[in-house]
Order: sequence, then structure tokens, then C-alpha cells
Amino acid sequence: MSDNHEAPNGAPVSARLGIWAFLATELLLFGALFTAYAQFRITHAELFHQEHLKLNRVLGALNTLVLLTSSLTIAIGIAAIRRGLQKLLKVCLSLTLALACGFLFIKYLEWSHDFHMGWFPRTNLFFGLYFMMTGLHGLHVLAGMGVMIWLLYKAQRGSFSAEYNTPVEITGLYWHFVDLVWIYLFPLLYLIG
Amino acid sequence: MAAYKIYFVVWGALLVLTAVTVAVSYLNLGLWNATVALAIASLKAGLVALYFMHLRHEIKLVLGFAIFPFLILGLILVGTLVDAIYRF
Repeated sequence: MSDNHEAPNGAPVSARLGIWAFLATELLLFGALFTAYAQFRITHAELFHQEHLKLNRVLGALNTLVLLTSSLTIAIGIAAIRRGLQKLLKVCLSLTLALACGFLFIKYLEWSHDFHMGWFPRTNLFFGLYFMMTGLHGLHVLAGMGVMIWLLYKAQRGSFSAEYNTPVEITGLYWHFVDLVWIYLFPLLYLIG
Repeated sequence: MAAYKIYFVVWGALLVLTAVTVAVSYLNLGLWNATVALAIASLKAGLVALYFMHLRHEIKLVLGFAIFPFLILGLILVGTLVDAIYRF
């Protein structure tokens, strides 16, 4: 743990490099979709403008608040376990999970409305990208929830401490990345189309 | 509690920036709408990366791992968009 003097992170450098390398592949996975979005927004500017007005800006903004808050709760959870506060970590993980559920629930409401209105991925280029990007992002939220349930189980058994909290820290970095993707998805799809 | 304070401050800033970007989206600024929205999103992304993801205190090697993929993404984006813009 000699690297702890260089950075106030609980996780060793090898673990941090590992998750950042994984996030690099994730960035390029979403990056391909962002590139497709930029390409078609240029070639189909009128369509994108018309279609983006159909999305619910208020629900999108609400979901942004929910996801930003879940980033806050996991960040506090990591700070807590670095001080050995196991109870606070469990509270924070539970809150993060609850917020992630809230995010997916709002997403469910939006998609149900879209389907009800007859807007499907095949409807046009805009809705194709919208469903693909928010769907892939939603899958990442689900995956993060799965990992956090596992973390909560481990935390319940007292596996994490001020000395050992690498899995919490690494999951936190992944979760913030999922938040980062949404920070760009929200304005691109809901606000400027 | 002081140690958690910075996280609450950053969170507050993120919420304010979200409110600003939503408010601006109701104005008709032409091309500036996209510029402002992307600038605010990047500001938010920077806050999340620097504070929540601890890049502010990160060592150079890990910083390199975090920044390098953006150069690749830039290549993909620029390469594609140059074609899209100059095709017409």
C-alpha cells in the first residue's frame, strides 16, 4: 500500500489502472454512438430538431438529478469506509441502489409513454439512436446495481474496512462513469436534439 | 463531516448547472443552444471526474489512462464529421 502516500485513494495503483482501462473501452463503446449521433444530427438536422421536442424534458432533468445524487451517495460511501465507517457505507450503498431504481423507474415511465405514442427504435433515425443510447446506458445502470448488491452483501459481512475497500472504490469509479455518460446524453437527446 | 463537505458543494454545483442548462434550452439562441449545452455538460463532467472520481489527486500514470481514450474518441469524431460536413 505504498502508493497510498501518492494519492489518498484506498485502492492500489494496479486496481485503479485496471478500472480506468476498462472505462476507456466503455468510452469508445458509447463514443461510437455519440459519433453516429453527431453524424446524423448534421445530415438530418430538421428531423432531429422536430423529434427531440417529443421527449419529456422535465422527466429527463429529474433523472439527471437522481443520477447526480446517486454519484454523491456513493462518493460519500467511499469516504466513509476509508475512515472505517461500515454502517455509513451500508447506508450510502442502499441509498445509491434506491436512486438507481428510481432512475430506471422514470426511464420505464418514459419508454412506456414512447411506445404508447407509437415511437419505436425503427420509427426514425432519432428514435433509433435515442432508444439505443438510453437503452445501453440503462443496461449499465442495471449492471452497476448488480455489483452494488454484491458490495452490500460483502459489507453486511464486514468485509470492508479503512484498510481494505478496493471493490467499493472501483465500483464507485464505474458508477461515476455511468453518470458521466448521462451528463452528455441528457442535453444531446432532450435539450438540443 | 467537514471531509464530506466538498462532495456536497460539488453536488450542489452540478444541480445548479443542470437547472441552468434546462433553462437555457427554453431560449432560442440558434447555434448557441448546442454550444452552451455542451459547454455546461463538459463543466459538469469535469467536476465529476476531478472530485467524485478523485482525478484531482491522481498520479500521472492513472491520469494518462484516463485522458488517452479521449484522444482516440477525438480522432473517430473528427474523422467522421469532416466527411459529414464537407460532403455537401
